[in-house]
Amino acid sequence: MVKKSRRKMMNEKTQVFLNGRFIGAHTDGANLVKRLRERRRMNELSNQVNVYYNNRLNELHILTDKGRVRRPYIVVEDGKSRMTSEVAARLKNNEINWNHLVKMGIIEYLDAQEEENCLIAFKEAQITKDHTHMDVDSSNLFGVVAGALPYPEHNSSPRITMACAMTKQSLGIYSTNFFQRYDTRTYIMSYPQEPLVQTSLYKALKLREKSAGQNCVVALTSYHGYNMADAIIVNRSAIDRGLERVTMFKTYETEERMYPGGQKDKIELPTPEVVGYRGDESYKHLAEDGIVLPESEVDSKDVLVGKTSPPRFLEEISVFGTVEEKKRESSLSLKSGEKGKVDSVLITEGPSGNRMVKVRIRSSKVPEVGDKLASRHGQKGVIGLLVPQENMPFSKSGITPDLVVNPHAIPSRMTAGHLLETLGGKAGSLGGIIANATAFSGDTEEQFQKTLKAAGFEETGEEILYDGITGKQIKSKIFMGVVYYQRLHHLVSNKMHVRSRGPVQLLTHQPTEGRAREGGLRFGEMERDCLIGYGASMLIKERLLEESDKTVQLVCTNCGSIATHDYARNKDICPICDSENVEPVEMSYAFKLLLDEIKSLYIFPRIILREKG
Amino acid sequence: MTEKESKKKSVFESAIPPFEAVGVVCAQSIGEPGTQMTMRTFHFAGVAEHVPTGLPRLIEIVDAKKEPKKPIIDMYLKKAYAKDQDAAEKVARDLSAVFVSDVARVEDDLASLSIDIIFSEKDAKAQGVTFNMVKKALEEFSPDLKIADNVITLKPAKAVKETKTPKKPKAKKEGDAAATVAEPTATKEKKITAKYVRKLSQKVRDAIVKGIDGIFRAVVIKGEGEYFIRAAGFNVTGAILNEAIDPDRVYTNNLKEIERVYGIEAARKAIIKEINDVMDLQKLSVDIRHIMLIADAMTTCGQIKPIGRHGLSGEKVGVLGRAAFEETIKHLINASAFGEEEKLIGVTENIIVGQTVPVGTGKIKLVMKNKKHK
Repeated sequence: MVKKSRRKMMNEKTQVFLNGRFIGAHTDGANLVKRLRERRRMNELSNQVNVYYNNRLNELHILTDKGRVRRPYIVVEDGKSRMTSEVAARLKNNEINWNHLVKMGIIEYLDAQEEENCLIAFKEAQITKDHTHMDVDSSNLFGVVAGALPYPEHNSSPRITMACAMTKQSLGIYSTNFFQRYDTRTYIMSYPQEPLVQTSLYKALKLREKSAGQNCVVALTSYHGYNMADAIIVNRSAIDRGLERVTMFKTYETEERMYPGGQKDKIELPTPEVVGYRGDESYKHLAEDGIVLPESEVDSKDVLVGKTSPPRFLEEISVFGTVEEKKRESSLSLKSGEKGKVDSVLITEGPSGNRMVKVRIRSSKVPEVGDKLASRHGQKGVIGLLVPQENMPFSKSGITPDLVVNPHAIPSRMTAGHLLETLGGKAGSLGGIIANATAFSGDTEEQFQKTLKAAGFEETGEEILYDGITGKQIKSKIFMGVVYYQRLHHLVSNKMHVRSRGPVQLLTHQPTEGRAREGGLRFGEMERDCLIGYGASMLIKERLLEESDKTVQLVCTNCGSIATHDYARNKDICPICDSENVEPVEMSYAFKLLLDEIKSLYIFPRIILREKG
Repeated sequence: MTEKESKKKSVFESAIPPFEAVGVVCAQSIGEPGTQMTMRTFHFAGVAEHVPTGLPRLIEIVDAKKEPKKPIIDMYLKKAYAKDQDAAEKVARDLSAVFVSDVARVEDDLASLSIDIIFSEKDAKAQGVTFNMVKKALEEFSPDLKIADNVITLKPAKAVKETKTPKKPKAKKEGDAAATVAEPTATKEKKITAKYVRKLSQKVRDAIVKGIDGIFRAVVIKGEGEYFIRAAGFNVTGAILNEAIDPDRVYTNNLKEIERVYGIEAARKAIIKEINDVMDLQKLSVDIRHIMLIADAMTTCGQIKPIGRHGLSGEKVGVLGRAAFEETIKHLINASAFGEEEKLIGVTENIIVGQTVPVGTGKIKLVMKNKKHK
């Protein structure tokens, strides 16, 4: 209603808003927009100003506030791009740069609002007289991550999404100063390579300086069933030569904490008098100052930094009236299941000004069965088998693949880009060039075929291979080429976990949870229901009692409460009614706990015993 | 093998072995397809438009809600009407409740404290309602009607209005026996206020001119070789009074109404049908015996009993079993107050304690034949 009356009042004039606030009216909004934009292109207005005209509401919005997402476009006028060949040539000769283009009004930044008024061409050939702008490059429609993927226009979109997610998990060189850094957990690839198939964005982002992957010779075939369902066969000899090898760096840290009362932790070599001394063997790597020596080989549960803490309670005064210094052991030790070499030690000051020690552990992570690899097309897989080179299929010139990928991975996922990259990588390595795989403008299949043919290879990329075990020629030709494969940071060695016996929780006497605590896997409610449904009564008892929190408790036959064993008199006795008629009863500890908690509700539960039968 | 033998064999083979955990298997057999159901919802046009299907409907059935969200009644007609579409249409028209607001505009005139009912000839004709029928319906509210053209002005009756109804004797309270004498019905002149007029006008709008209260939007649908009437609403008792309707062939998705009118056995069958329909609609196949087990469990006590806290699960024998399900503290406190004994009969109870579960292999016992004992 308000709007309507105001519109009437404005006498159908264009309302002008600055950053959403009404500032006035104008007789000819469409013309005003045009003039504002012209002036912006002539550099009379800041290029950060965006103008948007809503024809239907007859509203004009001028936007200058912060936080608008803006995107550069080439300005198109009368069906002609302002980026003429003349300008392009000057750009190429480094006479002008990007900022000049913006100033010259050739390139302009649009925000989401102004885009509503524009018709943006995807490429130069598409321009009609209605177009107002053109994309700087057609591959610009992808973001930073997707733009670095090769041939995205040949892949199905879900695979691109997956590829983007996976490149972010790839291990390479995350930062060039990694030796100076003490990150909690990082990986550095031993021999990273820049991909043979790259995009223009990959170059522009200078990702080749921080590559995360290696160019692998990939054969698309099966191998004794060990690459079913996305498993990957890897050439063991290639791994021995360092293929996809990474080093894990892990930083452990500890601090001399201050306690109320002026007491303090001390980083030192604990003496056997310390409460909780772990035995000489645990401290063998420590120097006199209680800190490990660099380059010492440490195994799980070895102490890295010896530390003692003041006692938790202060009452222990000895007979002679002196307060005995009973220190607690609180050393920093390697987690269970981990080992490696001490890479470096840093002694520094913590955030609260205390002495702090950081120890960086280095361990080599050689690819093994169960590690995850992925190409840049959403084609991920887990290593299924390591095969020595002599057993791998080979070509007449003696080439063996590094990786054998199952061809079933291709058709249903529609990742034609993966095949193109295979071809491009092969052509690149034969021709000594880096193939251009930029979206919508990359090298074509025909170009690669030409290179392959010139190098004496089949232009299809297929090759006649021989079985590495029997030496017989494989009946069909096999597609083989070079693909950039990334190692993803899901390493089995950091995940594998088993338990047969192990620690239990203090409260419930049930097994602990989680890999870090050497825990069991939960046999949950639904799993229980399945066994009930199957009628496997004994199995349920085994899972839920025998393998979990079984205890034998003494139960008073007189009053039905839990009885105890009196060691002084060597008698079983009920603490409630003093009866000695006590029977041992097998039950779950959780039930005993339940009885205790019911008692805390002021309810007295009694156990009535009956002869079994 | 003779035919008789083979039949005997197949019957024996399809029998459930003793101590099989039928309840758990039933729950899993319905629950698992149920997980697939949630995401797929289908849409239909027509009367059954907004009838809940899928999981919401399943929950409705199993919770034994008083009223389904959209009750529907299917009424088949007696032979004389069943083949004749026109006759069926007429029956449908007779059944559907028509409100005053359907055929007239009701406006309250607060200045003169009266209500104007503006009769619409066009709407009335479509509903088969005459001016006199409206007038008759309005007479229920007040005899003071002024008619001008197609406008009826209703002045609320000033006269007596019962304000005090005899209070029910307060029973149980001892010594109050003398006080249980009912107070005489007191009448009092009602003062007409604007508030009262507004309230009344709403009542006038909802007054029924024609048809049966609780039967709405009846439509004739062509079934297999005959016409039947489908209507929204819950009033089955009202509907079967119509002589054209075959009372033996009336169906509603309102299970409570079926139980009330046709009895518990009919309700049991209806539960089976309703659950089965939900499953069929989603093209999920669940063996009918699982559904029958649920229906049996819900109806064995002679009344539809929900599954859950207030029904089956809430009536378990074992304290621990109930406490393990919902409202732990409540059950424990009550058990202690009444000195309940846990007999360890159920499955959950035995798992808590750490014993074998009394199903399947856990229930089998060996009995030795002892000659001395005989």
